[in-house]
Amino acid sequence: MTAAVFNLNHPANTVHWHFFTMSVANVVVIIVMLVVFAAAVLLPFPGHGRRRGNR
Amino acid sequence: MTATKKRSWTEAVRERAVGALPPEKLLPDSQPSYMSSWIYIFGVLSLGSLVVIIASGSILSLKGPQWWHFTGIGHFFNSIHLWSVELFFFFMAIHLWGKYWMAAWRGGRARVWMTGVVCFVVAIPCALTGYVSQQNFDAQWISTQAKDAMNAAGIGAFFNLTNFGQMYSVHVLLLPLAVVAIVVAHILLVRKHGIVPPIPLAGVGEGRSLAGAGDSPAGPAGHESGSGSGLPASGDGSMKTPGSGSGDDREPGPDPAGSPT
Repeated sequence: MTAAVFNLNHPANTVHWHFFTMSVANVVVIIVMLVVFAAAVLLPFPGHGRRRGNR
Repeated sequence: MTATKKRSWTEAVRERAVGALPPEKLLPDSQPSYMSSWIYIFGVLSLGSLVVIIASGSILSLKGPQWWHFTGIGHFFNSIHLWSVELFFFFMAIHLWGKYWMAAWRGGRARVWMTGVVCFVVAIPCALTGYVSQQNFDAQWISTQAKDAMNAAGIGAFFNLTNFGQMYSVHVLLLPLAVVAIVVAHILLVRKHGIVPPIPLAGVGEGRSLAGAGDSPAGPAGHESGSGSGLPASGDGSMKTPGSGSGDDREPGPDPAGSPT
């Protein structure tokens, strides 16, 4: 059986900040979601400029 | 004196359905140009993930726990099912953020917004019952922890999270049916009311916004902003869309600059 890319044979790492406690994995997923959201808002959509120019 | 013909219920249902959703609205061949933004793709990405969830879950339910735990192909479909759920929530959360910031309940779209919210809320126990139906130590741990949470919330008497049969039945039948029914209602309501246009920006030009308000007689039709997103870049969030905030069913008309889908 192939080993996991990351060593998972240990308790989850967590982020503690005052009352806030969350696993590092969940923090990473939330950060990725925020990055994808920002990219979706900011990046131009393919063909958008061409259609606008035709109007 | 003329005799009135009694209408059958099938005729009444058909007329009402076609009246609410005529074929050109149900299956449109173009969409408004303001949809030329990445922020508008997360709804259909959520829908695509749901299709993979249903397909992989159907195969898992046919084969059973022995198959998904002890065979290579079973592991594969187990992973497909898990990761499609992860992506479903990933895309649905971004879809929610995008629609929240563009106030997608405008223009009589309150029911569209609410069905989306209810779908999100119902999908959470659907995922939870899946995690406790895995038939492994992970499921044992999650079910005993979640049981305490349910009891603390005062709803633990209604179901038993440590009962595999009960959780599995709820996971493969009741909650998926609810999620699919709500998603179908959500999509039909989107078709009925149209995709929500961007929020016009206040104080940009004379009766014109960065988001292109005024381009269409019935509302904003296209982007003039650099990003092309449906979100306002500044302004006070005032809404100039016809029907916004009034709760009526008016919606932007077909965009003359509509792009083919």
